[in-house]
Amino acid sequence: MDFLQTVVSHYNQWIAVFLMVSGLYIVVARGNMVKKLVGLNLFQTSVYLLYISPGKILGGTPPILAAEFAVYSNPLPHVLILTAIVVGVATLSLGLGLVVRINEAFGTIEEEELFARDPEA
Amino acid sequence: MIEALINMVLLTLLAAIMIGVVRLRNLFAVVILSSAYSFIIATVLIVLDAVDVAMTEAAVGAGISTVLMLAVLFLTKTEEQKPKHSPALPLFVATVTGIALIYGTLDLPAFGVPDQPIHTHVGAYYLEKSVEETGIPNVVSSVLASYRGFDTLGETTVVFTAGIGVLLLLRRNRRRNGKNGETS
Repeated sequence: MDFLQTVVSHYNQWIAVFLMVSGLYIVVARGNMVKKLVGLNLFQTSVYLLYISPGKILGGTPPILAAEFAVYSNPLPHVLILTAIVVGVATLSLGLGLVVRINEAFGTIEEEELFARDPEA
Repeated sequence: MIEALINMVLLTLLAAIMIGVVRLRNLFAVVILSSAYSFIIATVLIVLDAVDVAMTEAAVGAGISTVLMLAVLFLTKTEEQKPKHSPALPLFVATVTGIALIYGTLDLPAFGVPDQPIHTHVGAYYLEKSVEETGIPNVVSSVLASYRGFDTLGETTVVFTAGIGVLLLLRRNRRRNGKNGETS
């Protein structure tokens, strides 16, 4: 029962950690650049989860003030993560632009083949 | 209680999709799965009362990101090669990091409890004073545009810079293609 309590109260953080290390694994272990960017994107999404979860109050409502409600979830993490999402798509598009350029210049987006073609690497 | 249950079911779905993304080698499937992932995380954000973030994630994460990645797949290849290196070392690093982080979470406050440090500082101030000081009932909007307006200005700068970067990358590309076209 005690263990079950711990699982319920930390499940969000554990899933966030799992998503985070899976994203890290994709970025390190996979050689395809589009796959790496997808992994980086999912890594980023896990941070949204990590930030938003502590702001939630069970039984609370979204932070839009109205006379009928008294308990609101914390609005501050929401604001921070709104900024993070928009910056995230900006960096993703820049990364994808680089992938397109690399494909134009080398004809491949696989890390191994790129190393093979570049004599200094 | 029902909120916590829905939350846990959706999070389990997220973990399942993540396993699919790690294992699949067809990039088209990976991109579509990551779009589904974005929609599910938008649903989780609604359950966690972050409605503004959920709308942004559904539009930006599931919409624009997916379109951009599909466009890049159209220009490149849709099949990933088999990795030549053994994945043992990255797997080890990821597992050790994960265990250390999970050990760290055990000291964090429990999910959904009202009396924890995050609710005592400036968040409570915003909830109390937003209507009085800015006249906006949606506290997320008032913090974003008024209390922390400079953050949003910085964010716009980053987006602008990234836009310039993408334009420069792709324009140079086009010019070189034009030259090649002239000489050949």
